[in-house]
Amino acid sequence: MATAAETKPAGITTTRRVPDRFRTVTALVAAAAPIVLIVIVLVLLQGSELSIRKFGLGFLVSRSWNPPIESFGALPAIFGTVASAFISIAIALPVGVAVAVILAEPSHPSLRGVVGTGIELLAAIPSVVYGIWTLYVLSPWSYEHLEVPISNRAGFIGWLSDPATRSLFNASLVLAVMILPTLTAISRDVIRAVPRGLKENSFALGATWWETTWHVILPAARAGIFGATILALGRALGETIAVTMAIGNRYWIPPSVFQPAYTLASVIANEFTEASGALHQSALVELGLVLILVTLVVNLVALLLVRSVSRETRITA
Amino acid sequence: MNRTSRRRATSRAWLILMYLLTALALIPLGLVLWFTAAKGFQPASHLEFYVNVFRPVGVPGAGVKHAIVGTMMLVGMASLMAIPIGILGGIFLAEYGQTRWAGWVRLASDVLVGTPSIAVGLFIYAVLVAPLHHFSGLSGSVALAVLMLPIVVRTTEGSVALIPNGLRESGLALGLPRWRVSLQLILPAAAPGVITGALLAVARASGETAPLLFTAFGNQILQLNPNSQIQALPLTVYQYALTPYKSLQDQAWGAALVLVVMVLGINLISRWVLRRQIALAGQM
Repeated sequence: MATAAETKPAGITTTRRVPDRFRTVTALVAAAAPIVLIVIVLVLLQGSELSIRKFGLGFLVSRSWNPPIESFGALPAIFGTVASAFISIAIALPVGVAVAVILAEPSHPSLRGVVGTGIELLAAIPSVVYGIWTLYVLSPWSYEHLEVPISNRAGFIGWLSDPATRSLFNASLVLAVMILPTLTAISRDVIRAVPRGLKENSFALGATWWETTWHVILPAARAGIFGATILALGRALGETIAVTMAIGNRYWIPPSVFQPAYTLASVIANEFTEASGALHQSALVELGLVLILVTLVVNLVALLLVRSVSRETRITA
Repeated sequence: MNRTSRRRATSRAWLILMYLLTALALIPLGLVLWFTAAKGFQPASHLEFYVNVFRPVGVPGAGVKHAIVGTMMLVGMASLMAIPIGILGGIFLAEYGQTRWAGWVRLASDVLVGTPSIAVGLFIYAVLVAPLHHFSGLSGSVALAVLMLPIVVRTTEGSVALIPNGLRESGLALGLPRWRVSLQLILPAAAPGVITGALLAVARASGETAPLLFTAFGNQILQLNPNSQIQALPLTVYQYALTPYKSLQDQAWGAALVLVVMVLGINLISRWVLRRQIALAGQM
């Protein structure tokens, strides 16, 4: 008995596969992220049950928001959210791609370091600090130097008339600043992932720097830049505090971009703690549900786009 | 002017335009920092600002101690929840990352990073505030933990995956079990990157306002009990900035300055830690 155990060296017995308990434990802990995500959606769905039952799909197209008579519709908030996000993309995209092109250039490494750090710090500044800065600095400046001159010259176009200090346009301006880091960081990585050979071939054929950038590099990185844009769009749709402090919080579909508006996130931030009844609260939760479902879809599309690009480049490089 | 030199000139013009746009992108950073420093310096330069709490408008000597302590409590409690879970999740992704389950975890984390923070606030309100019938710092810190978790997971994965396989194999060859290889060999080697990720998550949580609106809610006095309403710096900036009183607006700028110094400070420290990691990796 004892001899049998001694003749068998330790370790041989473990050739049979032991269950990897560490793997099981970490796999379970890692489940926290997917579980939280699913539970958030389910809890918001449950919270908006009252409102969904009362208004059905009409909630999404109704323009009314009247707590005393318990009439709620999301259209103005959806409009404000989508409009502010798209205007901010229109402002940030050219700047973001230009910065990404410069950052991806191999020349002037010290300059790139400074610019890269600056853009990352831009992402680190808290939303509420952008909010107070917009409220007291950016909005008054933009009203005087952008909104009023533009509407004086082009005010005959309806949606460029009637400037106001707190407006859809000013909210979009601060959003553009806030999404710039997302846009730049991912675009830079995608542009860097473009195979060197493409660029070198283009230079070898006698193309200038701009011709190479515009006709070779940017087309090759197009899908990734598109993904970065959609990811930035998702960030813009969900931004709350800075927008709440800039957009003027008026529940209507504004006739002009220079007029106040409202977003899904801002309505929730302003009204949730003072909701006048169960239905009002439920309608606010439904706004949150609409917001999270839209950002989920937008983020998924963006992530799949960015990932497919980086996988492709890994194969071709 | 011949065709070649015209093409060169066009190229040069576009290059200059792109540099100008890059400069334009950095202007907001400079302006935000400048105005926060300029308007916040006066209120934030008094000692009273750090040792006193809220005082009604007109009463001198008001401070934001309750908000500073509150932010530290909220972020501290959130870190205790999010960082251990996030590190273990990140180790799972790095060590067993090829499985289908790992793919789902990765996707969920990336989506969670982009989830609107106000929706997380609503979620925590429904599960922790409404059933207990009161706002609490604890619920606020859970909301912050949800926002920190995916950042810690993904940065831990990134830095653990960078550790050369040789270290892992030597540990296994010596007969160490997988958990000891991961936790006692790989994790210390990846520590600077993991710490960087945790610090970035702390910085993000410190600046969040929206998830605290219906959870921690805010308070006018210093409150050390995590089960009661707790003030936070971002809440102070938000609430005071929207009042019509000049003295409260000034305090809002002061609180914003304290917040920016804190958040950018944590950010710069994390950068320094990361540079050490890169320097160490160079020696390996």
